[in-house]
Order: sequence, then structure tokens, then C-alpha cells
Amino acid sequence: MENKAIVCKDLTKQFGDFKAVNKISFDVDQGEIFGFLGANGAGKTTAMRILCGLSYPTSGEATVAGLNVYKQQEQIKKNIGYMSQKFSLYDSLTILENIEFYGGVYGVSRPDIKERSKNLIATLGLEKEAKKLVGALPLGWKQKLAFSVAIFHRPKIVFLDEPTGGVDPLTRRQFWDMIYEAAASGITVFVTTHYMDEAEYCNRISVMVDGRVEAMDSPVKLKEQFNTHSMDDVFYQLARRAERSGD
Amino acid sequence: MKRLGAFIRKEFYHVFRDRRTLLILFGLPIVQIVLFGFALSSEVKNIGVTIQDNAKDVHSQEIINRIRTSSYFSVKASVVNYKDIEERFKDGSVKCAIIFPVNFGSDLYSKEGAQLQIIADASDPNTATIVTNYLTAIINNYQQELNPNARLSYQIVPQLRQLYNEEQNGSLNFIPGVIALIFMIVSTALTSVSVVREKELGTMEILLVSPFNPLMVLVAKAIPYLVLSLINFIIILLLSAFLLHVEIRGSLLLIFGESILFIITCLSLGLLISNVTNSQQTAMLVSMMGMMLPTLLLTGFMFPIENMPWIFRVISHIIPSRYYYDIIKAVMLKGLGFSYVWKETLILAGMSVVLLTIALKNFKIRLS
Amino acid sequence: MKVLRFILQKEFRQIFRDKIILAMMLAVPTIQLIILPLAANFEVKNINVAYVDHDHSSYSQKLINKIASSGYFQIIGSPLSYKEGFRMIEDGQADLVLEIPPGFERNLVREGRQQVNISVDAINGTKSSLGGSYLISVLSDFNSNLDVNIKSPINNVSGSAAYISIASSNWYNPRAEYKYYMVPGILVLLLTLIGGFITALNIVKEKEIGTIEQINVTPIKKWQFILGKLIPFWIVGMIVFTVGLIVMYVIYGIFPKGSLLVLYLFAAVYLVALLGLGLLISTFADTQLQAMFVAFFFMMIFMLMSGFFTSTDSMPGWARTMSEFTPVTHFIKVVRLIVLKGSGLKEVSTELLYLFCFAVVLNSLAIFNYRKTS
Repeated sequence: MENKAIVCKDLTKQFGDFKAVNKISFDVDQGEIFGFLGANGAGKTTAMRILCGLSYPTSGEATVAGLNVYKQQEQIKKNIGYMSQKFSLYDSLTILENIEFYGGVYGVSRPDIKERSKNLIATLGLEKEAKKLVGALPLGWKQKLAFSVAIFHRPKIVFLDEPTGGVDPLTRRQFWDMIYEAAASGITVFVTTHYMDEAEYCNRISVMVDGRVEAMDSPVKLKEQFNTHSMDDVFYQLARRAERSGD
Repeated sequence: MKRLGAFIRKEFYHVFRDRRTLLILFGLPIVQIVLFGFALSSEVKNIGVTIQDNAKDVHSQEIINRIRTSSYFSVKASVVNYKDIEERFKDGSVKCAIIFPVNFGSDLYSKEGAQLQIIADASDPNTATIVTNYLTAIINNYQQELNPNARLSYQIVPQLRQLYNEEQNGSLNFIPGVIALIFMIVSTALTSVSVVREKELGTMEILLVSPFNPLMVLVAKAIPYLVLSLINFIIILLLSAFLLHVEIRGSLLLIFGESILFIITCLSLGLLISNVTNSQQTAMLVSMMGMMLPTLLLTGFMFPIENMPWIFRVISHIIPSRYYYDIIKAVMLKGLGFSYVWKETLILAGMSVVLLTIALKNFKIRLS
Repeated sequence: MKVLRFILQKEFRQIFRDKIILAMMLAVPTIQLIILPLAANFEVKNINVAYVDHDHSSYSQKLINKIASSGYFQIIGSPLSYKEGFRMIEDGQADLVLEIPPGFERNLVREGRQQVNISVDAINGTKSSLGGSYLISVLSDFNSNLDVNIKSPINNVSGSAAYISIASSNWYNPRAEYKYYMVPGILVLLLTLIGGFITALNIVKEKEIGTIEQINVTPIKKWQFILGKLIPFWIVGMIVFTVGLIVMYVIYGIFPKGSLLVLYLFAAVYLVALLGLGLLISTFADTQLQAMFVAFFFMMIFMLMSGFFTSTDSMPGWARTMSEFTPVTHFIKVVRLIVLKGSGLKEVSTELLYLFCFAVVLNSLAIFNYRKTS
């Protein structure tokens, strides 16, 4: 099981009486694009925070990149990248300065930072904006930049929390191209979303309802299982049984 | 109307769920009252004094004794020269020193009399003056006693009466000051932040698009803070009455009426601020820093306005808390009636009207 | 440490692009140092006296003249009755009323004793207590001068009389100007604001925006993060202190009598303590509003108890103990000592120890409280 990027067994997070994450078990292969779906309040973000080392589980086991989430959090953090819904980049720093900061913090050497940032900026076509403050960038560029920064240090796994919220379909498509590229280079991608078409882009997905994983398989197989042609419907059928809603 | 009720209720939940802020909001006045009432006073007591007694005779000892037994002073270890005195001043352990010359006792009955030196640490000028006065009084008293037949033939005996405060309860004027401060914080700062928060979150536009009269939106936002301010006010009154034994003279009705008026003034100010700022941080900075400082300085409860340069005196005329302070002092502590405070009441009412009008106009402009 | 360097780089960039912080660094010290001393003074002058003279004798007239020319008082009226005078106090026009009874001069000469009434508006705190005692001392001065003009029985019966002449002098502030007392205190206030307030707000803002979470997910270690916040704000604080000292000199002509080095040493340690407090506050607050209130609450208690406005000597025992436990108290004491009296390191070494302990305790609490994983 050490070749798996992420392994969870009966992972639970409890707040008082409330079980936000209730004995979930799943695993993610290396290089896989794993979609983590669920309605608001289902427990996705809580589960992800445990895997990122932001929160201690109440019980159960989990390893990320082969490292224990109870005892080896700081090491986990060295091997992962993270892009959150709320924020990823500092608005009052320029693009180059943001890259420099995150690169340095993850231990990328200065010459490497210089070289990789040049490439990054070229790839994104942001040469003219490189010295501009990130706050001035439109949202779509910010998101793409944030993703690139999240994988700048070549982590084994990258966690993306609703990364495409609020951008137009074209940008979303471009974003997913970047995700494919990253996966192709060996980075495991763990992404949460509630855009069902994006669920189709993943290798496998799991659906969380009320803190439990109610389904986990490839999109094709899930559609078969629920006897429908659209992931929307799969989701609908599962979510309908939910008791919790809203964060 | 029912929807307005629901809206107001939501605002209440918002306010009362933030436990930490509530804790501070109620803790603040309580702590201030306790501190001002029991710990702080501008009186002079326990002042460290050191003695250089070169005479060591019965007279100097007697004077030293009297200083020792006086509650104003706390006699510290004695010194032998100027340098010692300087060092004591420098480490802050004493604030004044008395030097008795070698021939003190023998010079006492000579033609020129005996000389005595008092040195005061004037880095705190007021304390220095008071301390010098007290020491002088003690010495003069002794001198008088030495001359029993030569008492001052004519004695003017002053009878001092402390009006309104016979029990010598520290200084009472801080109570209206604390009240004004709390109102400012709750009604101005919190209201403005609350309104701006809606703007920041974007929910303001939703509200404006709703069938609500925009006026109602502002009113609903302000009401919880009005209630909070009043609760705080009652707490302060109760504390003052029962903990500090302050007599609350004057009509309670008038006191409450004037307070509500002032709260409305503060609320209007808060609404105005929320109109012109776009981020919570700015709203906070403007209300707390911008309003707090003038309130503390120019209301008159910390520092007397009459002593300030004219420009401050002028500015203090547009600070609403100044008028409220005068009103509450007069009504609550002196027990005066409306006839004494009608002018200030009118000014406050006028200010509220002006502020509200500007706030509303501004608000409407932003709509269109 | 390489990572620390990257963090500091980012923090400094952010700080110097934040207009608000820049304004605080330069404008606020200047404004506060100029405005506060002007407004804040406890000098006793212009005490409004209303006198009720029932006697209209030459003695009463002389007494009133003496009061009027003393420099502390301002005669604002001569009501005809005590009741009228009392009304002037009610109105707020008068701070105290002096009532000279009828037959003042005659009774004084005949019976050698006469009472006068002074009623003081005791709600006006400082003014009243000082005003009352000043008036009494003016009265006793007048009293003793009376004897010189009239045949006094001092030099009979027992032959000679005891006489003590007092020479009093004021050290460090010969003209007893209030600014010498206030301005160093304001300097301390400034540093307190920067250390406690600004730091707490800054960190909580990051909590609100979400950047803290981002930091927690990286391998940045706790101590690196904390140092990354302490060091830049410490530097900002020292800059503010320097600006404050310059303003103090340029505008008030106050130059520290004692060693600048020692002064800076204290400022440095004090800042670390206050920054620790700011940090600690930030671990308890979730929103900027909460942080602001908690910080305001503590700042206010500290300032009140520190001896800035009222002397610590006149506090009851329990309050004085409390004030020993606030870092502000010690720093204010030291700043006044060094700036005004030229105290050296030896005299203030206990204070240094206190401040050092505060710095250690507060920062340890903050570090302990801050969790990367919750």
C-alpha cells in the first residue's frame, strides 16, 4: 500500500457530538486525478484539511505520500501543494514576488526559483504582467497562477479546493488542461468541486454525503451503477438522501 | 412590517452571537468603573520622601515624626548628601526630600530663625506643588505649636465643603465620561462596521433590491446597538449606585431621555461613517481612532477644556459627547432639571438631525 | 535561516506597500505628540471663583484682591447670596464659591478668629481638590500677612519665638511645565499602540483573508512564522520610537538627559513584550473587530493603571500590585526617569528585569497558543 498517494481508513472527525467526517475509507493512486465531490456541508473540506495536516483526525488512519497524518504532519506539508478557495496569492505582492516567496518557503533553491519562474511566466503568457501586483490580475489569471505556484516545488500531491469557482467555461477548460499536464508529470491531483462536468475529467471520483463516502469509482462506472447518462444525475440521486445541507 | 421584524431579529442574532466582542463590550465599562472608582485618583498619597537630617535634634525628629505619621507621605531611608538625593530621584523611589541643617534646633529661636530645604521632583509638576504645600503646612503647624502664646492673633479658618460629593468619592466626573465613551464605541463604531460589513459581503445590494425601504435597512441595523448601549448604560448606573455609592439625583426619566438622544446622535454618526467608507477596516479605524481620540480629549472629563488652546476649545464645540457630558453631569450628579440643560439638548438634537439627513441623503445617492 | 529570509522579505514588502502602516509610522506619532500635550494638561489655572462678600470691608476687599492676583483663580462673579453662588456652580460657571460672612473684619480684630466658607464643585475632580487646597493656602498666606500689619503679640511674653524659613526648589522641571511630564508618556503610548494593536490586527486580518491557512499548510515552522511577524514590526516600532524622539526634540526641545543607549535598550525589550501581547491577542480573536476590541480593552487598562494619568503612589495596595504586573507601568517610569532625570542603567536595572520577564512570558504564551494544526 505504500505506492498509493493517499490512503484513508475509517477516518473520522468529530466536533462534540457532530461527526463532520464519519469513518471514510478510500485510496488514491499516484498520478491519479481524484475528484472529491459532495454538497456543501457534506464534510469535504474537513476531510481535506485532515489530509493536508491542518487538522487532527478524531480517529481512524490516513497516510499521505506514505506519511502518517497524526505524527508526520510537517513532513506531509513538504510533499504537498495546496490551493484553497479563499486565497492563494498575496494581492500586495507582484507575480514574481509571490512565486519567489512560495518557492523559497518550500526549499527551492534561488537559481531554481529564477529559472522555473521564467518558464512559468512564459507558459502562462504573463511576461508583461510579471512585475504587476497580483491584486490587479483578473480572477481567471489568478487562479491559473495560483495553481502553478501550488505545484512550483514539484510536490507529490496537490490539493485543490474548488479551484475553478467563479471563472468562465473557457478558463475552466484551460485550467483543467493544466491539471492534466501536472498529472502527466506524475503529480497526484486531489480536487474538490461541485461542477459535475468537471467530475467527468477525473480518473475516479468519490461522493460524500453527510460525512460518509457514499460512492467511489470512475465516472463511467458510476453512471452505469446509477443507471444514468449524466454525473449530475448521479450526484442528484446521492445527494437527495442527504440530511445535512449548507455549511 | 413582519419582514422588518425578521430582519431586526437577524441583526440581533448577529450581534449577540459574537461572544468575545460582547464580553469586552460589557467588561469595558465595568472595569473602567471599578478602576476609576477604586484605584485611580488624582489625590496625593503615599508619596515617597527622604530626609537628610544633619541636626538630629528633638525638633527635627519631631517634624520627621509628623511627616511619618501623615498619610500623604511614606518615609523612605534617609540620605546624607545631595548625591544621594539625586540617586533616589533617579531611581524613582522618592519624589521629594527635606534637608535639616546642622544647627536647626539651635537656630530655631535666633533672630533669622532656622533654615530648612525642601526639594521636590518636579517631573510631575502637580505632585511637586502639592507635596511642597503639604510639607510646608506640616512645618508651619509645628512652628505654630512652638509659639503657643504667639499664635497668629487673627485666624481665618476656612471651612471646606465638597458639594455633591460629601463622602469624597474620588472624582465622580469620570462616570459620565465612561458612559459617553461606551456609547461612542457601541453605537458609532459597531454600527458603522456592521453596515459596512454588509457592503463588503455584497449582501447590501440584495437588501436594497428587496422591497424594503432603504431607510428601514439602516434602522434595523442600528436597533440592536441601541439596545446594547442602553443595557450597558443601565449596568453603569447600577454599578455607580451600588458599588460606588454615588447618589443619582435628578429625574431618571430625563437621564434616560437624554441618553437615548445621545445614542441616536452616535448612531447617526456611525451611519454616516459607514456611508463613506468601503472596508470594515477603514470603518473601524475611522470610528475608533478618528472619533475616540477627540471624544477622550475634548469632552472635558479627562482634561479641563478651559485650559486648552483656543483651537481645541473651538473644535470641542462640535464634539457631541461634550454636550452629553455636561447634560449628564448636571442632571445625574447635580440633580438639576431640564431648564438647565435645554440648550445642550437642543444642540444634540440638532446634530442628530443634521447627521441623519446627510447619512440618508448619501445613502440614497449611492442607490441611484 | 533561509526560509526566515524569504518570510521577512515578503513581510517587509507588504508592510511598506501598506499605506496605513506607513501613515502610522510617520503621521500618527507626530500628530499625537503635538496634539495630546496641548490638550492634555492638568495644570491648575483659571479656577472660576464666585465670592459672596457680606462684609464689604477693607479686609475682605484685600482678600479678594489677593485671590484675584494669585494667578490660579479667575473671579467670575460676586453674587449677593450663597444661594445665587450655588446656582452659579449648578450652572457650571463657578468651580467654587467663597463666602465671607458679615462682620468679617470686625470679628477678626475683636475675637481673633473668623470662619469663612468655601464650597467646591466636587464633581470636577482635579480642579476642585486642587482649587480648594490652593484657596486655603492663599488664605493662610493672607492670614500671616495680616499679622505683620497689625500689632502682633508674637514678640512678647516668652521673649522669642521659633521661626522656620523654608527654601523650596524644584528639580528637573524648574518652571513646573506639564509637557515634561506628558510627552515622554505619550512616547510610551505610541509604542504600546504599535506593539499591541497593529500586530494583533495584522495577524487577524490574515486569519480573515485565509493567508494564515495557506501558511499553515506549508512547511514553515512555528518559530519562523512568529519571528517573521515580530521582526518587521519590531523594526517599525523602533522607527516610530526614533521619529517620536525627534519630534519630541524638535517641537518641545526635550532631549533625554540620560543615556540614549539605555533608552533604546528599554524600548527594544518593551517592544518585544508588547509584540508578544499583540501576538497573544491575535490567537484569541477571529475577526479584526474582536482583535481591535480586545486590544483596546487591554491597552486602556494598561494606560490607566500605568501612572500615565494618575500617579501610582496614590493607588490602594491591590491596584498598585496590579500595576506592577503591567509592562506599561515600568516602561513609563523608566522613560520619565531617563529622559527627565538622566537615570542610568544601574538605577533602572530592576525595571529592565521586569520588562524582560514580561517579554519572555508573553511571547512564550503566544508561541504556545499558536497552532499550525488544530
